Amino acid sequence: EAAMELPPSHYPASRAAALATGYACYRRGSPGRGLALRAVRRARRQDIDDVGHKYHLELVLEDILDKDSTVNCTAEVLYHLGNKNIAPDVQFTIEGELKNTDEADNIFYNRIKTLEKELVAENIPDSHGNVSPEMEPIHLLAWVASGYVIWQNSKENTKFQLAQIKHVKQVKRSDEYLEFDYLILLHEMVSQEIIPWQMRVLWHPQHGVQVTQDSRQPKQASE
Amino acid sequence: MKILLVFAALVAAAYSEQLFVGDQVLRITASDEEQITLLRVLGEQAELQLDFWRHPTSPGYPADLRVPFPSLQAVKIFLESNSISYSIMIEDVQELLDEEKKSMMKSRRIERSTNMFDFASYHTIEEIYDWMDMLVDDHPSLVSKIEIGQSYENRPLYVLKFSTGGSNRPAIWLDTGIHSREWITQATGIWTANKIAEEYGQDPSITSILDSMDIFFEIITNPDGFAFTHSSNRMWRKTRSINTGSRCVGVDPNRNWDAGFGGSGSSSNPCSETYRGPYAHSESEVKAVVDFISSHGNMKSVISIHSYSQMLLFPYGYTRVPAPDHQELNELAKKAVSDLAAVYGTKYTYGSIVDTIYMADGTTVDWAYDNGVKYSFTFELRDTGRYGFLLPSNQIIPTATETWPALLDIMVHVLENPY
Repeated sequence: EAAMELPPSHYPASRAAALATGYACYRRGSPGRGLALRAVRRARRQDIDDVGHKYHLELVLEDILDKDSTVNCTAEVLYHLGNKNIAPDVQFTIEGELKNTDEADNIFYNRIKTLEKELVAENIPDSHGNVSPEMEPIHLLAWVASGYVIWQNSKENTKFQLAQIKHVKQVKRSDEYLEFDYLILLHEMVSQEIIPWQMRVLWHPQHGVQVTQDSRQPKQASE
Repeated sequence: MKILLVFAALVAAAYSEQLFVGDQVLRITASDEEQITLLRVLGEQAELQLDFWRHPTSPGYPADLRVPFPSLQAVKIFLESNSISYSIMIEDVQELLDEEKKSMMKSRRIERSTNMFDFASYHTIEEIYDWMDMLVDDHPSLVSKIEIGQSYENRPLYVLKFSTGGSNRPAIWLDTGIHSREWITQATGIWTANKIAEEYGQDPSITSILDSMDIFFEIITNPDGFAFTHSSNRMWRKTRSINTGSRCVGVDPNRNWDAGFGGSGSSSNPCSETYRGPYAHSESEVKAVVDFISSHGNMKSVISIHSYSQMLLFPYGYTRVPAPDHQELNELAKKAVSDLAAVYGTKYTYGSIVDTIYMADGTTVDWAYDNGVKYSFTFELRDTGRYGFLLPSNQIIPTATETWPALLDIMVHVLENPY
């Protein structure tokens, strides 16, 4: 049960690191802040009998909107043996302060709250990788929320990334929350599959991001 | 009678060999039916070589008539003596033609120079095929275009050959775009092909390489898939071949090679993104390259370019057994990624496919390696997942720029280590 040192830049360390990053981003992200994996500094794996595989990771995360802003993160990822429907357990600690995004978050919040018609958009980024500045917070919100879906559906032999927002529609709410219905495409690296996934995302500047409902969608028959 | 005399005078007018110099176009307005008739008869005099751009039809409506220079004076006398009103619409037709030709050539020159091609944008298949012809036109003694076969949907498979002569020299093979959604690869391919052509004679490394070796570069290795990413599904990876008995289309061209074909690193399901195909080399896109490299017989390196992940990989993908040349390939990869990182700080990882990214069988580089091509490498270009396949076009030139020294490292090593 001793921990085995793993090459940090190769899999399986890189897969566990991607999962941990997605989870951390979900917990700490907002339309004004997304976290991405910059590097894996160290990785060890522990095989726990009858339980599963536990990864100990030392990561460097970067702020998506400000590449020079990085933080160190230690994380533990436990992939459960056997039962395929339990999400991995993830614990993490971020060293130091993340940039304060209150101003950007409030600007976005007020902008959406005062829209006359509910926001609707598609193909973010577009085929050429473009994201308009107005859509950047919508893009980041999806990035953060996809961290939840990635966490819930990851296994030791999968590595998910958000590939594209196919469609997003704002859902009208009578309370103070913002709600969006997203159809995203996830890219799974090992199988190379593009998986459509629908998710309902709730957000408020003081209450963080929450995925309240999500479901895998069937691939289009014509593709 | 008078009319006949005037016609006789006109007939006597000399005709010239010159095409349009001094020719004029007259706008003539007949005021009654009699004048219409006169104009018609005038036009029928073959010796005058008159050319109605707009025929006389009814009184009051203008007719436009090109008059060759030698007939000008006679025609004007005819019109004036019959009180048919006219004005000069074009003073000199040749001058006008010269102007037009000049401006057409100017805009053609803008299109037709590879220096004006926008390397910082993503292009369609037609634009890329046109650009290839421009590259050949601009560097005719270095670059030629070869068709090595056809895709499933009958698109030509083009390879650019860079050669300074010799006969069947040892050669390096480069390909981009085998997975169509990896748009940064075709874009990098264009930039790199242009760079090779530009730097021959300037950069010492590429010059020594091309002085003794040839380079073969297939930029759109999967044209059907590429066209599909433009027309229908930006995320399309595979070929577009129909799979018998399945509603799902396409084979993964990087699982279709005869190296460890059919293992756990590929799928037997036609609906899968890593479907290996019904048998090795079933895909015409793959077979064309297999046949080309095999019959060439002197290929010393195969470099296949993919995205994304920022990795430089070498055989094997189909087995965990290290390749016999693992150490040398690993050292070379280490150097190449270090020189890549030196440009903008972009970090790549490196190693064998099976150790670094995942198990994959039937890959291009494993086939090449098992068929005697020692220096077989796969690049996975930018990024690491932030944009993935949808890499913004403003990263095309930086990506290509940083990859260039890594490619040179490999090619120089191949040159300096003949086998």
